[in-house]
Amino acid sequence: MGIEVVVEGLTKSFGKQNIWQDVSLTLPAGEVSVMLGPSGTGKTVFLKSIIGLLKPEQGRVLINGVDMVNSPERDIMETRKLFGLMFQDGALFGSMSLFDNIAFPLREHTRKKESEIRRIVMERIDIVGLLGAEGKLPGEISGGMRKRAGLARALVLDPQIILCDEPDSGLDPVRTAYLSQLLIDLNAQIDATMLIVTHNLDIAASVPDNMGMLFCRNLVTFGPREVLLTSDTPVVSQFLAGRREGPIGMSEEKDAATLAAEQQADTVPLPTGPRTVVPQLEPSPGMPVRQGALRRRERVMSMMGQLPEAARTAILDSYAPAAGGARA
Amino acid sequence: MTAPMPVRPPEPPEKPPPAAFGKTAGGIPEKAPVQRRPSRLLAPLRETGKLFALAVAVARAIFRGPFQVREFIEQFWFVASVTILPAALVSIPFGAVIALQVGSLTQQLGAQSFTGGASVLAVIQQASPLIVALLISGAAGSAICADLGSRKIREELDAMEVMGVSPIQRLVVPRVLAAMLVAVLLNGLISVVGTLGGYFFNVIMQDGTPGAYLASFSALAQLPDLYISEFKALIFGFIAGIVAAYRGLNPRGGPKGVGDAVNQSVVITFMLLFFVNMVLTAIYLQIVPAKGS
Repeated sequence: MGIEVVVEGLTKSFGKQNIWQDVSLTLPAGEVSVMLGPSGTGKTVFLKSIIGLLKPEQGRVLINGVDMVNSPERDIMETRKLFGLMFQDGALFGSMSLFDNIAFPLREHTRKKESEIRRIVMERIDIVGLLGAEGKLPGEISGGMRKRAGLARALVLDPQIILCDEPDSGLDPVRTAYLSQLLIDLNAQIDATMLIVTHNLDIAASVPDNMGMLFCRNLVTFGPREVLLTSDTPVVSQFLAGRREGPIGMSEEKDAATLAAEQQADTVPLPTGPRTVVPQLEPSPGMPVRQGALRRRERVMSMMGQLPEAARTAILDSYAPAAGGARA
Repeated sequence: MTAPMPVRPPEPPEKPPPAAFGKTAGGIPEKAPVQRRPSRLLAPLRETGKLFALAVAVARAIFRGPFQVREFIEQFWFVASVTILPAALVSIPFGAVIALQVGSLTQQLGAQSFTGGASVLAVIQQASPLIVALLISGAAGSAICADLGSRKIREELDAMEVMGVSPIQRLVVPRVLAAMLVAVLLNGLISVVGTLGGYFFNVIMQDGTPGAYLASFSALAQLPDLYISEFKALIFGFIAGIVAAYRGLNPRGGPKGVGDAVNQSVVITFMLLFFVNMVLTAIYLQIVPAKGS
């Protein structure tokens, strides 16, 4: 079973520039969460802070009792072995073949025999669909392939927490759909806690159990997916609809004057009313039931009273048709 | 038709987000994180401190396993292969120049028979470690710095750290050790080649006698001269490796930053090594009595 990640009051600045402040959220164990946000809102920085690569000035990130911000470096190094991080462009070692890249964590951290390593690595290579390319150097393959190789490397130690930095960028829609399915299947198989950072709306709508959104140096909201998908907060609805009208501008936020002018103009009647919530992806046939989904169901049901009306309806709808949310 | 492009005012208003933004933003009063402007004046001190911190971290990691044998051998081979030939080629003219200069000076002073000893001391104690310094920082240091820098900006080092592998242990330690070992061996090579070059020029070009050359050599030179020479080379190798690694691990701002870092690493190493050479020479002359005195 995956591990819960608790983020408390995290604040990060680079020099004078504040990236985000006071971000608090909990990634429930074994569930899939998505962090949305316009480009440049510090999503990647958030990911790197969780794993301890960047040190926020305030707040903590608790994993198994280890604070990834302030604990001794040795504890952090040890805790990192629980993680699999898929970098935005793969971050493969340029001097090694794909096979050696994917075998790297195994060779560093385990005493497995080379034949055993070969078996595990080829299995992972098969999962991400790179069979036949294992002898190539990272410089000789396309960006999408590098990305998938990066995912294979992140998976090779059977991590309990998987972080994906924009898994879709550089992939075509079909591969993105495959990847979404792959992530859900993985979650069903190893029950890892997952955090996906993205601005791809398809992934956001169909993959996660929970969703959050960063905008304007703050965490706008974090909670069950239905909350965000039905939210009428201007930022969220603008982002999910991909419109120009709303608080998000070309350079992150619009100033008040532009916003007011926009409201006055009001030429295009914006579609209002509750948006439909796309059903969540299910694991492929033959995969085990997602334990995370079962736990989530209990958790969401118990917090029903605090959720907005629209989200409540959407959740009830999704669980209504003969326990469709989690096949037993 | 087209909506006006949203334009940001030059000074973005530091306003708190609207209250409608949900639970996390609401309730908690917004306070700017405490920030101290780092003083510009102290920047060199800070860099020096970080450099020393890296040196200490590397020194500790050397004695704490696991030792990367394979990486060490690869790096050793690489550093040796880029430095041996230039070292040999540089040391011949260097030995010759010293022999010619000292030879003409001693001729004027009427101490021609001491040419051998003087030129050998100059080659072994000064010229040889300095040639090592030039080659280790220029050829090996720049390569190490460029390699680590490009790995850094490709996020390879981050990836390594994320996988729970320390880049210092895995990459920096083998490189620093390789630079140190190559420096020591290279120093021996240069001493031999430089001395032979000096001998050749003194005997052939300046009509010195082989006997006088060798006799003055054993009259003036002593074994500690060789020890200090090798010790200098060892220290130079360490410093060159550390500075190259430090600049390579902290490039500023993308690919251009890596180029700058390589440049700076070579310049900084040169300055450091010449300074350290001066200090070591002064200490050596104080504590080791000259032969025959």
